[in-house]
Amino acid sequence: MWRSRRYRWDLRWSPYAFVAPFFLFFAAFGLFPLLYTGWAALHQVELTDPDSMTWVGLRNFTRLWDDEFFWNALRNTVTIGLLSTVPQLAIALGLAHLLNYKLRGSAFFRVAVLTPYATSVAAATLVFVLLFGRDHGMVNWALSVVGLDAVDWQNGTFASQLAVSTIVIWRWTGYNALIYLAAMQAVPGELYESAALDGASRWQQFIHVTVPSLRPTIFFTCVVSTIGATQLFGEPLLFNGGAGATGGSDHQFQTLGLYLYEQGWVNLHLGRASAIAWAMFLILLVIAGAARLLRGREASR
Amino acid sequence: MPARRTLVTTAGLIGAAALLLAGCAEDPAEQAGPSSPAGDGKARTTLTVGVFGAFGLQEAGLYDEYMAQNPGIRIEQTSIERNENYYPQLLTHLGTGSGLADIQAVEVNNIAEITATQADKLVDLAKVPGVDKAAYLPWKWAQGTASAAKGGATVGLGTDIGPQGICYRKDLFEAAGLPTDRAAVGALWAGDWNKYLEAGKAYKAKAGDGKAFVDSASGVMAAVTGSSAQRFYDDQGKVVYKTNPAVRGSFDLAASFATEGLSAKLQQFTPTWDQGFANGSFATVSCPAWMLGYIQDKAGPAGKDKWDVAQAPKPSNWGGSFLVVPKAGKHAEEAAKLAAWLTAPAQQAKLFEKRGSFPSANATYKLASVSGAKHEYFGGAPIGEIFAKAAEGVPVTVVGPKDLVIAQNLADIGMLQVDQKGRSPQEGWEAAVKAIDNALDQ
Repeated sequence: MWRSRRYRWDLRWSPYAFVAPFFLFFAAFGLFPLLYTGWAALHQVELTDPDSMTWVGLRNFTRLWDDEFFWNALRNTVTIGLLSTVPQLAIALGLAHLLNYKLRGSAFFRVAVLTPYATSVAAATLVFVLLFGRDHGMVNWALSVVGLDAVDWQNGTFASQLAVSTIVIWRWTGYNALIYLAAMQAVPGELYESAALDGASRWQQFIHVTVPSLRPTIFFTCVVSTIGATQLFGEPLLFNGGAGATGGSDHQFQTLGLYLYEQGWVNLHLGRASAIAWAMFLILLVIAGAARLLRGREASR
Repeated sequence: MPARRTLVTTAGLIGAAALLLAGCAEDPAEQAGPSSPAGDGKARTTLTVGVFGAFGLQEAGLYDEYMAQNPGIRIEQTSIERNENYYPQLLTHLGTGSGLADIQAVEVNNIAEITATQADKLVDLAKVPGVDKAAYLPWKWAQGTASAAKGGATVGLGTDIGPQGICYRKDLFEAAGLPTDRAAVGALWAGDWNKYLEAGKAYKAKAGDGKAFVDSASGVMAAVTGSSAQRFYDDQGKVVYKTNPAVRGSFDLAASFATEGLSAKLQQFTPTWDQGFANGSFATVSCPAWMLGYIQDKAGPAGKDKWDVAQAPKPSNWGGSFLVVPKAGKHAEEAAKLAAWLTAPAQQAKLFEKRGSFPSANATYKLASVSGAKHEYFGGAPIGEIFAKAAEGVPVTVVGPKDLVIAQNLADIGMLQVDQKGRSPQEGWEAAVKAIDNALDQ
């Protein structure tokens, strides 16, 4: 009797004990910071004295509305996000398609496309900073070889954003390519066979078989890349070797992540930084909601 | 087959275990707590020192010397490369009272914020035996001391300071028909930063395009603002940079270097700036004492006998640091003793000899090792004499809690827009003011 009851308890509660560590860690390192940040966002609080908080209600949020630096950062985040995500996913898709062919040493190429992803942001960015140097950079040297003028990559608004996007593209294309490749290999071969029988060329097969089959995967990579683009931080921070979080003398490549860092860790305004963090979170929620609506409509068609 | 497999697994396990053991062996030998007996049978205390950048205390052998004199003490240093990353961490650690080193370094631009907001968490070092107020430059001592309203404790002991000279390229000066002897060069602009600008114009007229006179307009600005007593704050602690003619004056003067085409349009402490030293892209740079070693590193052996250093137009200070001792540390008393020893005149003189960090204890200026110091790389320039003269002429500068933020935005937003983006000085100034207002507003 007793034994069977213990057995039932065991059966019932043990699974919870097994999953508990994750939730405990999540509560401590995920949920608590999230809530605490939200709480701090409603206060005026300085990093020099984080214990004294003055309640200001939604003021930290409402002031973002008139904060031209915030809007500038948001604009930069969107442009850099588009400049990096769109080509990145397109190239990744193409690369995956090439890797999907039967080729000699395919494992080598698969590892090779992933190496940029395994490089640290800091190391990669520092190399790119040298490549994009104004006076002695290799990119400008290459431009001069083909007879073009040197570009001031750090100071131009579009030029700097393009340069930062290049770093992102370089790092993440291989990663996305491998995800696409995995999905491609799950596409049933019969689809290609029948397409081939119908006389479809390689390119037509790619457009009409591969891409439609990959739609959920493409959606997934879009979501992940969007989140990554919204949080873009390391590349623009290190691209501005001298100044740190300003994102260039005209804030021309200051992303939301950088602005958050500048407010919190340079200007030491914890409350304002928290508000920016929450604003970023809300922006992501809105994007996610919009994406869901879009997908829902597509599915019902 | 199974036997073979077991063998392979065992080999793997042994390998893994060996790796683990190797990992353990890397730990310092005296891992056992501070009060446990070590090899020599005496109680050992481990003191930690937290610094940013290449601070030089360790490199100059000061820790080793102290440990040799005090067998009961072991010193460990942790270093974070950039102060921008180091300082916020220090603040959070002070706030929570954990994660602190026994001694922490503080940069001069942060010291006012530290004395104003953190003095109650730090040990009053004026009371530590062996600390002699009279040995320090009065303005340096004042910077590390909290106001009377905040208790008046001296929480920071000065290490080095950054009296400035003008480093210049002899070969480029000669080519442009300017004097090359350091006394004559100093005389070119003695007493007035405007004369430095005039010298630049004369240089450009002869040297032609492609060779700049200064590295960057913001470097000039830092030097010029460093020579006025009042900069961003007034005596009452009010932010006055916007209306202070000294700040606007130095901004406009520095901006003329950009608008006159005398600047190489570089940003200091970036890779391109470093390359500028190696390629001789500019003829002069305002150099605090601590920058000499940097120039030597970046210009390399090829620059030897080309660089020299002359007196700056006016005495001016840029940079320098302090040591503070958090009360929350486990060995605050021992740490205070060490901090006092590390910043004592004798040790500052050694730091200068080994690393070129200029002493903030003016008691050292009479020592032969300081007054007679010459810099081999800079044509044997009498740097002890040049920088001591500058140091003693530096006015007692009013430092405020947000000096760093203001200085950084003036340089990296305002001046950089003028220098690198070709904006007008007025536009650059307004952009900087906007950014500073946003940064200071809580």
